[in-house]
Amino acid sequence: MSYLVRFLEFWYDFIVGDDWTVAIGVLVALGLTALLTRQGLDAWWLMPVAVVVLLALSLSRAIRRAGG
Amino acid sequence: MSNLLLILAAFLASGVEMVEALTIVLALGVTRGWRSALIGAAVAAVALAVIIVLLGPALAFIPIGVLRLVIGTLLLIFGLQWLRKAILRASGYKALHDEEAIYRQEVAEARAAGQVVRAGIDWYAFTLAFKGVFLEGLEVAFIVVAFGSTEGGIPLAATGAALAFIIVGLAGLVIHRPLSQVPENTMKFAVGLMLTTFGIFWGAEGAGVAWPGSDLAIVAMLLFLMLVSLVAVRLLQAQRQQKISTAAIHLEAEVKS
Repeated sequence: MSYLVRFLEFWYDFIVGDDWTVAIGVLVALGLTALLTRQGLDAWWLMPVAVVVLLALSLSRAIRRAGG
Repeated sequence: MSNLLLILAAFLASGVEMVEALTIVLALGVTRGWRSALIGAAVAAVALAVIIVLLGPALAFIPIGVLRLVIGTLLLIFGLQWLRKAILRASGYKALHDEEAIYRQEVAEARAAGQVVRAGIDWYAFTLAFKGVFLEGLEVAFIVVAFGSTEGGIPLAATGAALAFIIVGLAGLVIHRPLSQVPENTMKFAVGLMLTTFGIFWGAEGAGVAWPGSDLAIVAMLLFLMLVSLVAVRLLQAQRQQKISTAAIHLEAEVKS
């Protein structure tokens, strides 16, 4: 395996970790927050709700993967 | 208040990672000799310090809104990973980190490995100590830079990290064993909660949100996430217990038939 691939793999693993859907979910939730705020709605409540949903989904995926 | 939380988060994150790095360095020092293991650990510590010193001031050139958004995003992704693992460990779905077992495995591997000595340094011990300290410390370096740059307080976060470095280092020096009594999962739980809290706060601010109550929202968020996590642990513990009971009943029925 080339050094570049290993280098990229290291950073992917370091930043994204073992559940890529959390990273995507965080990006989508922040994007939505920015969009709503630009429309004039102060959507401070969106991130806490999104985080609870993302955490629940990630936990349930981890338990399914572990065969629980 | 947020400054105090910031120091505490950096202290706990560094403490946990330091405990794990110490296990590796101790195993190498005991089996392969202290000189190479300590040189490897020291070089890694210097490399981490260089990253903080270079990255910290460089971030000052990025507009604050963009910086908050990027740093909030990273802290949230890191924080949710720490939190998920801590909840899974607390509820019994994932094994607790066993420093004694890791230490025994590291010692066995270090004894079995061949000897390559160059320039008076045992390269196995040097490389492993370097990798152990550097990789465990890299996330802490990012946390210190992230916390410090957003609040203009790298010294605050660095103080927390340095305190943990000194305390864990001294403890390792005195007891000369892996620090298996340290409540690692509780510390990881706290770090996960704090990273996620700051991630939500800064990420949303970077996206243009004005938090009700300003900085007080950080405390409210921390309490909210703590409650959610504790409920998650209780629910998962109950679910796991029920599965174990059901499996035991099935096994008993099979044995009887």
